[in-house]
Amino acid sequence: MFTLAFEIVPIASLITLNMLAVAMLIAMVRLLRGPSLADRVVALDLIAALAVGVITVYSIYTNQTMLLRAGIVVALVVFVGTVAFAMYLEKRAKP
Amino acid sequence: MEEIINWTFQVVVVFLLLAGGIFSLIAGVGIFRMPDLFTRMQAAAKTGTLGVGMLLIALVVQFWEVGIFIRAALVILFLFLTAPIAAHLIARAGYISGERLWRKSVCDEMKGQYDQVTHALSSGKWKQDDP
Repeated sequence: MFTLAFEIVPIASLITLNMLAVAMLIAMVRLLRGPSLADRVVALDLIAALAVGVITVYSIYTNQTMLLRAGIVVALVVFVGTVAFAMYLEKRAKP
Repeated sequence: MEEIINWTFQVVVVFLLLAGGIFSLIAGVGIFRMPDLFTRMQAAAKTGTLGVGMLLIALVVQFWEVGIFIRAALVILFLFLTAPIAAHLIARAGYISGERLWRKSVCDEMKGQYDQVTHALSSGKWKQDDP
């Protein structure tokens, strides 16, 4: 009665992967176009967060939990990068 | 009975996946459409973090193991700890480097408290005789 004719989780993860790809492309436009340097840093931060999301959804899609460790590393490294960018921006503004 | 539980788990996973994808999409559209740096940062920091958090919870519900739960909880903890700090630092750096607010913005609390020439920050809101 409750068995499904097809698996719904892979289809939903494919749809979500497409959504994440569109969001990443839009953020990439902002990264290339951004009027100031701070805009580009914000766009880069968002792209990295979306990359963690892509890793997560892909590990659901392929049933491979090993990929999640890469997500941990990306989430950590990007924070350090953003803080460094902010520090240099501030340093450039007030010498 | 087991089939009903399995079906419920799948429906929860699908709901969380689609909700997270929609939130991430809203974050992308927001960072493209918003008018100035500070509003763009709102979209990127809050909505993006919520979307990715929902995707990670979907991962936990899908695999339902202790090891996966701990790793996903670590990622969620990192994201929720570091996103506000990064947004705050970029906002501060942007304001100091002379980023303009949108012309329809109604509130600029740093106005008058930060000197663009001498780079001195003061908290003029609290006067000396204030309790």
